[in-house]
Amino acid sequence: MSATVDAPRVAVQVIPPADSRAKLRERAFEAALIFALLISLAMLIALFIDVFTKGLPGLSPEFVTDKASAFPANAGIATSLLGTLWLMVVCIVFIVPIGLASAVYLEEYGTDYADQRTWTGRMIGRFNTFVEVNIQNLAAVPSIVYGILGLAFLVRGPLDLGKIILAGGLTLGLLVLPVVIIAGREALRAVPSSIREGSMALGATKWQTIWRQVLPAAVPGVATGVILALSRAIGETAPLLLLGAATFNTQNPSGIFSAISALPLQINTWISAPGADFQALAASAIIVLLVVLVLMNSVAIYLRNRYEQKW
Amino acid sequence: MSYLKLNSLLAVVSAGALALGVAACGESTEPTGGSGEAVSGDITIEGSSTVFPFAQAAAEAFQGENGEVNITVGDAGSTAGFEALCAGETDIADASSQIDEETVKTCEEAGIEPIELTIANDGISIITNPELAVECITTEELAEVWEKGSSVANLAEVNPDLPDTELALYGPGDESGTWEYFTETINGEEGNIRDDYSPSADDNVIVQGVEGEAGGMGFLGFSYYEQNADALGIAAVDSGDGCVTPSSETIQSGEYAPLARPLFMYVAGTEALAKPQVAAFVDYVLANNTEIAETALVVPANEEQISGDEEAIGAGAK
Repeated sequence: MSATVDAPRVAVQVIPPADSRAKLRERAFEAALIFALLISLAMLIALFIDVFTKGLPGLSPEFVTDKASAFPANAGIATSLLGTLWLMVVCIVFIVPIGLASAVYLEEYGTDYADQRTWTGRMIGRFNTFVEVNIQNLAAVPSIVYGILGLAFLVRGPLDLGKIILAGGLTLGLLVLPVVIIAGREALRAVPSSIREGSMALGATKWQTIWRQVLPAAVPGVATGVILALSRAIGETAPLLLLGAATFNTQNPSGIFSAISALPLQINTWISAPGADFQALAASAIIVLLVVLVLMNSVAIYLRNRYEQKW
Repeated sequence: MSYLKLNSLLAVVSAGALALGVAACGESTEPTGGSGEAVSGDITIEGSSTVFPFAQAAAEAFQGENGEVNITVGDAGSTAGFEALCAGETDIADASSQIDEETVKTCEEAGIEPIELTIANDGISIITNPELAVECITTEELAEVWEKGSSVANLAEVNPDLPDTELALYGPGDESGTWEYFTETINGEEGNIRDDYSPSADDNVIVQGVEGEAGGMGFLGFSYYEQNADALGIAAVDSGDGCVTPSSETIQSGEYAPLARPLFMYVAGTEALAKPQVAAFVDYVLANNTEIAETALVVPANEEQISGDEEAIGAGAK
């Protein structure tokens, strides 16, 4: 724009370009967002292609029913898959009652102390806030730290359980417990207070209200939270490695007192083994793990849709 | 209504858990077959990841003849194996380097006298990219390339007869027994190694790195070279008595000095050996050493080593 141009003409000429520039910027912004999305998608697709081209040929019913072996041709994942399922059983039995009870306390009882005037009331209120903050923080603690905790308190130390599935499942349970509590609280909060008040108005006690009205209404949210927590636990390798889980067992686990074995541990061993055959086995095992994960997530989606209620 | 839903959900979950239990119970062990009197009970093995393939192959073969026995094999590393051995947590510790006196003392304080068995051999191999054709390299030249503070970027700097290509160096990291042994034997002191090479705990990454660059050079266990022999070059090593190429023969005989090293199993004293299943397993490993080693793609122990082991077992069994 030269200085000789008079003011009104400048105003008329400048506004349309500025407008189209804004549109351009808008488009560029959208393109940048899509680009960001494509990067993560491309990574995922690259991973899938890599794993499926290497692992698909090795997948067979025998691969799932055979035990691990020094001969790649005979090797399978029976032991580690069963180990993983047992770990999940321990995990679910541990996290559902403990996680749900914690969530119910914090959401249904803990809030009662928020505006207490008595000294004990205030102290309990402060304690609850302290617990809440810590649960948020625990959800962000690296998984390997839980491995150290499990080794010191469950495998050795006070409980001295040894390297058994019970200890492994409890360690994984501790790891995902904060996730369950947080998800549980959100599910409880989503239940409208009119339900509680209606129940109380009809003469139900607090316990009856929670057990018969609030909890059933919160099932979809809680179940989704639990399954997402299990999906995280099923892929964890680091804490189990730290517990000193063996990488090869000659016998399939028969219960919670058997030695720890898990699919991610088996994948970890095969990836670092010499020879391309073992790499292919690792890829096949990754496919099985992915299938288990997808199944678990489908159950979560099904439960959410099946039991969801509109208020 | 909703209450019923909650209950039915719980029922589904517990039924699933039950089904899993039944499935696991259905996995009964195979009937004992094969020779001799079969043993039963638990055997725990922990230790070196280099020895792991051997221990796994041994456990699998032994299990085949003794269906009731339950063996767990870990690969947490030699040091972790010794720790477990002295803590009485494992029957057998695998190791890629010999136990040191301090560890023996710790074990003895806990009432455990480790029995040393040499069960296989490994040779740390100097691998190169096929384009970087190094026929033979002396231990002095290796030391010059790898020692701490070394700025050698090209083998021709060390010896004009060697290829004039810029190097890309790969090797295991400091958590590895191979790293320990290599730095100690080549550079005279454990941990004496330049810090600008690419370290990796995963030997397959080292193979890929060397394979991918024209000047790629690295060191790792012999079985990783053998598995990738068509994609890699190998350098013979001269320690003053002429060039020796690593092979099963030169490693087993110890001719591939100084980079040939024995691999060990340590039995947790006479107490562990008193368990029939552990004693039977050890006998099995010594009697079928060559077959097990071949399955595991490691170099078997030589006759001298086996007879030494048998002596140690004889002394330990008293």
